[in-house]
Amino acid sequence: MNLSTPETILSIQDLHASVEDQQILYGVNLLIKEGEIHAIMGRNGSGKSTLSKVIAGHPAYKVLSGSINFKGTNILELAPEERARVGIFLGFQYPVEIPGVSNLEFLRVATNSRRKELLKNELDTFEFEDLVKERLKIVEMDPAFLERSVNEGFSGGEKKRNEILQMALLEPVISILDETDSGLDIDALRIVASGINKLSHPNSATILITHYQRLLNEITPDFVHIMADGKIIKTGNKELAIDLEKSGYDFIDKNTKDKELAK
Amino acid sequence: MNQTNTVEEIVSQPYKYGFITDIETEKIPKGLNEDVIKLISKKKKEPEFLLKFRLRAYEQWLRMKEPDWSGLNYSKVDYQNLVYYAAPKQDIKKKSLDEVDPKLLETFDKLGIPLSEQKRLSNVAVDAVFDSVSIATTYKEKLAEHGVIFCSISEAINEYPDLIEKYMGTVVPINDNFFAALNSAVFSDGSFVFIPKGIECPMELSSYFRINSGDTGQFERTLIIAEESSSVSYLEGCTAPMFDTNTLHAAVVELVALDNASIKYSTVQNWYAGNEKGIGGIYNFVTKRGECRGKKSKISWSQVETGSAITWKYPSCILQGDNSIGEFYSIALTNNFQKADTGTKMIHIGKNTKSKIVSKGISAGKSKNSYRGLVSISPSAEGSRNYSQCDSMLIGDNASANTYPYIQSKQPQSNIEHEASTCRISEDQLFYLQSRGIDFEESVSMLISGFCSDVFNELPMEFASEADKLLALKLEGSVG
Repeated sequence: MNLSTPETILSIQDLHASVEDQQILYGVNLLIKEGEIHAIMGRNGSGKSTLSKVIAGHPAYKVLSGSINFKGTNILELAPEERARVGIFLGFQYPVEIPGVSNLEFLRVATNSRRKELLKNELDTFEFEDLVKERLKIVEMDPAFLERSVNEGFSGGEKKRNEILQMALLEPVISILDETDSGLDIDALRIVASGINKLSHPNSATILITHYQRLLNEITPDFVHIMADGKIIKTGNKELAIDLEKSGYDFIDKNTKDKELAK
Repeated sequence: MNQTNTVEEIVSQPYKYGFITDIETEKIPKGLNEDVIKLISKKKKEPEFLLKFRLRAYEQWLRMKEPDWSGLNYSKVDYQNLVYYAAPKQDIKKKSLDEVDPKLLETFDKLGIPLSEQKRLSNVAVDAVFDSVSIATTYKEKLAEHGVIFCSISEAINEYPDLIEKYMGTVVPINDNFFAALNSAVFSDGSFVFIPKGIECPMELSSYFRINSGDTGQFERTLIIAEESSSVSYLEGCTAPMFDTNTLHAAVVELVALDNASIKYSTVQNWYAGNEKGIGGIYNFVTKRGECRGKKSKISWSQVETGSAITWKYPSCILQGDNSIGEFYSIALTNNFQKADTGTKMIHIGKNTKSKIVSKGISAGKSKNSYRGLVSISPSAEGSRNYSQCDSMLIGDNASANTYPYIQSKQPQSNIEHEASTCRISEDQLFYLQSRGIDFEESVSMLISGFCSDVFNELPMEFASEADKLLALKLEGSVG
């Protein structure tokens, strides 16, 4: 493989999108290549979560214009499950609870649907248990969580670990982790962050949506993007996140105002 | 994408058991009168006491009015236009399966209930009932070694008349209600189970009911007796061909549990439900009741109701013995124009009696799904407890779900809890599953299965997956 020219994994161009007839995204552009870690920061309501839901194909979100290409293929026509199978993974900010559905069985069905796409053999219950026990170590999770219903009664931290466990099983090409650090105490944050680091791979990429520098102390981003009003208004390296942490979003507002004045 | 429509398409899969077996059938002429009852009794070579039982019931029935309190609208049955006895032409019950008409064996094979020695289920004894008669019962000899009697009710009437005379009609009296009276007058066949004192039945018992003739009413009668400190788990399954007329199924099931005995009765009901316009389908008007007659006895009903144009039944427990326990676990799935009015009655009479009700209703299409239940605590039932949980799931905008819990307590030292909820399939749950690569259809199945899991967990192991499959079949798509 030629490492000098990494392939483009995700290319988003001039994306406009709405939810419940309210437009949220106003022209997002983003290019993500193999091996890269991108952080997206911004105030609440700036469109970060919407962007992640649109990429994953949530039916409530409508794309008004623009494009999303995954490895050169337009994915806007794909159902959410098809996007997942080709390797797009969304780690939810608030993973839902699904009473009555066994976590183990859910993980197995999900893993097999991805394996099928990769032309790998589907795993039976026993084979899958071996795999999942090995992957559990990455997030230091108690196997007892496998016996419970999906996320039911899990604490905030347990839910997030369960998300990273899914990421570990599905081996995605691109992982979009929506505020995976929110609601985590310092220990849980370290475990989750180290899990993400262990899973990163030269052929995959990660988008971290976060409010806080503290996650980026654990996972070093190659790019930091700042979103406001449904657009990426500034892109920089890890220093940008540190500046942001120091000065708050006002510093962005000031920057944009200065720019406008300069015009 | 209109998600609601897609979910509805998934729940509208064609009925797989709608075929008719082409077999020569002996039917008596249509209509009901004393002579017909005498003819049925004669055909079955019944003892005198049973004929009297039937005639008494018929007399009561004539004086009764068809009930209409449920609010179920249906075209009334013309009772003179029904056939009350239909049997495949092989009058006498065969000694061995080799003598049973291969067409019948094939029919049960197709239904997934193989009866022949080589193929039959390894730890489940089956009584197969075709129209009005039982055609075969498997593992009878093996059960007999333990003193367990498992045979058709017709056979029991002839071979164990004392037991029949002692117990039949003692839980559901002949004049209990209109349909029970009718059943008592004309019942054709069904299953009989007797578990002697101290015996734990060594295998699952199961009856499979198949309606084949279009104009025949099916009036099955089941009686299960568990003597002191015995236990049994029993399951019934039902299917019927597709006819554009409505067929009446009015069964009576009686359970008797003596001291420390335990009976688990499970039903997987998948009678033909009518087509998507609401034409045809079975009227499933059934009286099921168990009596915990002895101390510390236990009766547990679990049911998965997916078929029938109309289901109208309330499997109930009379908690007579002190410290006895009654349970009711139900899943009712209705679609198109199906109507289900089902629930239970828990009648607490003994001290420290306990009951638990878990009901899950899923309504799709234009169907109506109601839970109707009674918890009654008599003055004598000191220290009794009840817990009820009724959850409904609605699919689409045209289905309806109702809950009618009636609670009567005449005993201040009792404890009654009732919880109810109504939900829809949540878009966020669906998206969560789909975003992990699980396709839409399977995600819906998983969610419905999860919604029902409290009840699935109560079904006998051998049938939990069957029942799950049945729901999945109605929902098409495999459920994990």
